[in-house]
Amino acid sequence: MEALFATVTGFLAASGLYLALRGRTFPVVVGLTLLSYAVNLFLFSTGGLTTNGAAVIKEGVSYYADPLPQALVLTAIVIGFAMTAFSVILAMRVRGDLGSDQVNDQRGEESKEDKS
Amino acid sequence: MMHHLITLPILLPLLSGLLMLVKRDSVVLPRRAIALSSTTLLLVISAMLVIQSDSGEITYYALGDWQPPFGIILVLDRLSALMVCLTSFLALGSVAYACAGDDRKGSNFHGLFQLQLMGINGAFLTGDIFNLFVFFEVLLIASYSLLMHGGGKDRTQAGFHYVALNLAGSAMFLIALGVLYGTTGTLNMVDMSQKVATLDPSRLGLLKAGAFLLLVVFGLKAAILPLYFWLPRAYSSAPAPVAALFAIMTKVGIYAILRVYTLIFGGSAGELANFVQPWLWWFALATLALGGLGVLSARDLRSQVAYLILISVGTLLVGVSMNREASLAALLYYMIHTTLVTGGLFLLADAIGEQRGKAGARIVPGRGVTQPALLGLFYFAGAIAVIGLPPLSGAIGKVLLLDSALPSEQPWLWSLLLLSSLAGLVAMSRSGSAVFWKATRGDEDGPRLKVAMLAGLILLIGASPVLSILAGPITRFTDASATQLLDHSAYVEAILSHNVVAGGDS
Repeated sequence: MEALFATVTGFLAASGLYLALRGRTFPVVVGLTLLSYAVNLFLFSTGGLTTNGAAVIKEGVSYYADPLPQALVLTAIVIGFAMTAFSVILAMRVRGDLGSDQVNDQRGEESKEDKS
Repeated sequence: MMHHLITLPILLPLLSGLLMLVKRDSVVLPRRAIALSSTTLLLVISAMLVIQSDSGEITYYALGDWQPPFGIILVLDRLSALMVCLTSFLALGSVAYACAGDDRKGSNFHGLFQLQLMGINGAFLTGDIFNLFVFFEVLLIASYSLLMHGGGKDRTQAGFHYVALNLAGSAMFLIALGVLYGTTGTLNMVDMSQKVATLDPSRLGLLKAGAFLLLVVFGLKAAILPLYFWLPRAYSSAPAPVAALFAIMTKVGIYAILRVYTLIFGGSAGELANFVQPWLWWFALATLALGGLGVLSARDLRSQVAYLILISVGTLLVGVSMNREASLAALLYYMIHTTLVTGGLFLLADAIGEQRGKAGARIVPGRGVTQPALLGLFYFAGAIAVIGLPPLSGAIGKVLLLDSALPSEQPWLWSLLLLSSLAGLVAMSRSGSAVFWKATRGDEDGPRLKVAMLAGLILLIGASPVLSILAGPITRFTDASATQLLDHSAYVEAILSHNVVAGGDS
């Protein structure tokens, strides 16, 4: 299971990084989202991988999963969700304001040069 | 009551921020009243915290009375009290300036501003490294919206770069936290520092990787050399009061570096003791050099100030990397000075831009300002302070820092710090003469400085002479903070020894 988990996390992170480095706003947003998924999975694994372990203390149970990473992931998911929503809206705003979905719009640069 | 005081710098801005969300388009006046009174109250509270922390005792507040190392704690020591006090002073100046009309240009300026204050104060007060991440996110998401307050093409594009970069930064922050938690099994900073010292040598490599990754994240926030490219654009396109508040944002990164790499990976960390500082030294020097070049190349008053911030970041990080009592004390004094003065200069650049009409804040000869004497005086004082010429506070901070260098460090530090100051001097005199002397007569009926703007400028730029007059008591406090910061056992004693039960309702 460790190998599968590590491969999936690594693959997600790599795809996310590749997309985040693209030149258009939509792949960048998707890439950052994938990156945050990879991070969430990674956080899960920080307490060690446990199958079928109890997370809450209970009588007669001796096999536990670390509960803290789960709490951390929950926080990270909530924050990541808000950030994704914000960046989607922002990407649409960039498209509307600049008339292009290029992250580094050269036309914008030139018109700025003209102004100064 | 005194015991709960430490939570107020987080709760107060949260409450007033929420209060202003109730009705989004209500009249401006009550909002301004709430924002001003809340920020003033925050200043009073943080001054009380400074006095409380000056007893030298490190106190903590256990949220929900879960004792460390298990619960989340807020920690008050001299450094965090000082940073909170600095933040609220800066915030008061920029809120006052915003009340002149900048807050009308978009929706809910004051609410977002208060939420950002909450994030900054929380980051300074927390004693838990995951909580540090949460407060970073709070201050970032507020800063995203504030950066784009008022709209405009420039801001949207700078905003998208800023957001994308910081989202990537947050992802790295989480990875670093995961690695640190996985190797040490705790998130409480003091507890972590003890675990680091006694760690199984086979896991040291992993821990070191996590620590370096954390440095990258903090370096992104603080704008160290290879990670600073977002700063000039974002800061120069932000609205003036927001840019002024952003002057503290890079210091949040520097504070985090200072905290994590003196407490967790400081002198008591065994194998990993102080391993980051030698790296930091060279990056800081390079930042200093590049900041000097940037100041000379800036064509706009606002981006000039942004590069001046970069110089100050380099200067502060040099202090961090020297990691001695004298240099830490010097850097804390310099941090107070540079945050307030650069914040004030952002406000001033905006005031100048407004009065010059079409020429704006660009450094070109054009129409003069309406009130050359008044603005010129502010510019002169601000320039002297930020470059570090006597008698204002910049000179004291820089001399203290130069004085704390060892003979082996002196050639690098002295030459680069003095050269970058010279670059600042050349650039500021050139832009000052272009804006004030080569100008035609100003428009007599043009916009004048409003009372609120004047108040903001006096608070922030006027702080510099006050800082040099009060240099005695302030350096005494910063000396004591530096001593406390390097005394690792005091933190362990105060937070992990369970004989001293504090926090909660006790």
